[in-house]
Amino acid sequence: MELTATTTIRRSASEVYAFWRDLENLPTFMAHLEQVRSTGDRTSHWSAAAPFGKNVEWDAEIIDETPGEKLGWRSTANADVPNAGTVRFVPAPDGESTEVHVVLVYDIPGGAVGKAVAKYFGEEPHQQLDDDLRRLKQVLETGEVVRSDGAPWGKRALKEFPQRPAQPLSDAELEKGADA
Amino acid sequence: MRANTWAGRNKVEVRDVPDPKILNKRDAIVRITSTAICGSDLHLVDGYIPTMQDGDILGHEFMGEVIEVGSGVSADTLRVGDRVVVPFPIACGACAACAAELYSCCENTNPNAGIAEKMFGHPTAGIFGYSHLTGGFAGGQAQYARVPFADVGPLKIESELSDEQVLFLSDILPTGYMGAEMCDIQPSDVVAVWGAGPVGQFAMDSARVLGAAKVIAIDKEPYRLRMAEQAGHTPVNFDEVDVRSTLLELTGGRGPDKCIDAVGMEATHGSAHIAAYDRVKQAVRSETERPHALRQAIMSCRSGGVVSVIGVYGGLMDKFPAGAWMNRSLTLRTGQCHVQRYMKPLLQRIERGEIDPTRIITHTLPLDEAEHGFDIFKNKQDNCEKIVLKP
Ligand SMILES: NC(=O)c1ccc[n+]([C@@H]2O[C@H](COP(=O)([O-])OP(=O)(O)OC[C@H]3O[C@@H](n4cnc5c(N)ncnc54)[C@H](O)[C@@H]3O)[C@@H](O)[C@H]2O)c1
Ligand SMILES: [Zn+2]
Ligand SMILES: [Zn+2]
Repeated sequence: MELTATTTIRRSASEVYAFWRDLENLPTFMAHLEQVRSTGDRTSHWSAAAPFGKNVEWDAEIIDETPGEKLGWRSTANADVPNAGTVRFVPAPDGESTEVHVVLVYDIPGGAVGKAVAKYFGEEPHQQLDDDLRRLKQVLETGEVVRSDGAPWGKRALKEFPQRPAQPLSDAELEKGADA
Repeated sequence: MRANTWAGRNKVEVRDVPDPKILNKRDAIVRITSTAICGSDLHLVDGYIPTMQDGDILGHEFMGEVIEVGSGVSADTLRVGDRVVVPFPIACGACAACAAELYSCCENTNPNAGIAEKMFGHPTAGIFGYSHLTGGFAGGQAQYARVPFADVGPLKIESELSDEQVLFLSDILPTGYMGAEMCDIQPSDVVAVWGAGPVGQFAMDSARVLGAAKVIAIDKEPYRLRMAEQAGHTPVNFDEVDVRSTLLELTGGRGPDKCIDAVGMEATHGSAHIAAYDRVKQAVRSETERPHALRQAIMSCRSGGVVSVIGVYGGLMDKFPAGAWMNRSLTLRTGQCHVQRYMKPLLQRIERGEIDPTRIITHTLPLDEAEHGFDIFKNKQDNCEKIVLKP
């Protein structure tokens, strides 16, 4: 499965690149990621969040990089869900923003993990990546993923429809956080 | 705290709900001193804007005192104790839309942007108390509200002006003003305004402030037309006269140079069978709008004129007079108000006495009587024009 998405962020290409190149930042806006840990200059260890299939982890390496312009990576060894990605950072015509063009490729296997991944992406696989990029834009332009009362947990917004009502969270809900 | 909530179509209910807390670093919590009921709330309560949920706190016109600020709000922008009016669109101040002062189209403040994008092609900003389509933010018909991007939107009131004088800077005064501003008014212009509700009244006052030669008010509620007339505008009752021929009469056959739709999706029609046609289509949800005012504005406007739409539409419209619009070189302009753009200049106009926003207030009620307030505002009872609620 190949997913593409794009957004424009009012930051310079070098800033957006630098944020993405620190792969440990990816889980702040990519819904399916729990954690990315850098294990070397070009290598990293990724783990996916529950909706993507429990305990899905893999190692990845950067295979292509041009600072400020382009980054490519792919999973290594025997990942449960072999995957690869590239992202290009292109100056926008306004002279101050950067177009971010992302391509993700998943080699969805059979079995339970494959099913969980397919279910996660649902009928509109693009929507997930579009929303990921919206959050990337929020983080880079405003400093944080924006939360509302109806969708207080940022990364889970879409999964939650119909949402909780647009009224403040109770102390119990706040305590439980996104696991509520 | 107490808050007025949506409780299903045609029903609001004041309930006990948790107090708001800071969720993002740039949030503030405001203790609300005054809040209002808006014609936009009627669209929500009447069930014409989708994605409302039971328990959603309503209200997007509010002001009060800052009682808490998040760690990301710097003290030179906002502090505890500040008295603020909060604009209804939530805007980040940093995206391309905000940079272009198109605050109600902010690209970052709607966590449900994916849904809005499906309906509108591109997403729009978050709005307080205005469905999950615009983010699912709790509204301001409550004792307290959480205000995101508190360092961008809220206008500090440092003078002695009363709540009533400044509250409407949150929405309807800027909205009416933007409706007039989009008309690019010239000194010779006759401006016709459909709707003598609160928004229409402010569109009329703004058209005059911007130099229109004559301002015409179109509605069917005699008391609302009287209110417009007392403010110096020329009333036309569409229940009593034919609007088009009356407008021709009032403009020497030219038609109004500029037309403002301050009615929106729940317009009624003087002719019962035309009203019934759109009512049925809207009821079965095969059309989301009842566009009588907009159709009439387009048909009435002089060739080359401007039709400025501030009444709210939510989805798809039937029988849009594209031929009149195209062949007669009309300009159509519209938008949810970019409130942040107008707050300061309009505050100055209030301070200078050029606009008196208090003239439309007919009722002041405790928050707990919100249900009664909605009832009289919607059904035009007790000469109700604008209700201020006190939490
Ligand atoms: N663009 C924005 O940012 C913005 C902001 C606030 C409100 N609004 C919208 O402005 C509109 C008016 O708001 P309001 O608070 O004044 O509401 P309101 O319901 O009090 O006023 C609407 C008025 O229109 C009259 N009307 C109905 N059908 C008509 C017709 N065919 N011709 C002429 N008048 C007709 C009604 O009698 C009523 O007096 C609503 O659609 C509201 O959602 C838009
Ligand atoms: Zn309003
Ligand atoms: Zn913005």
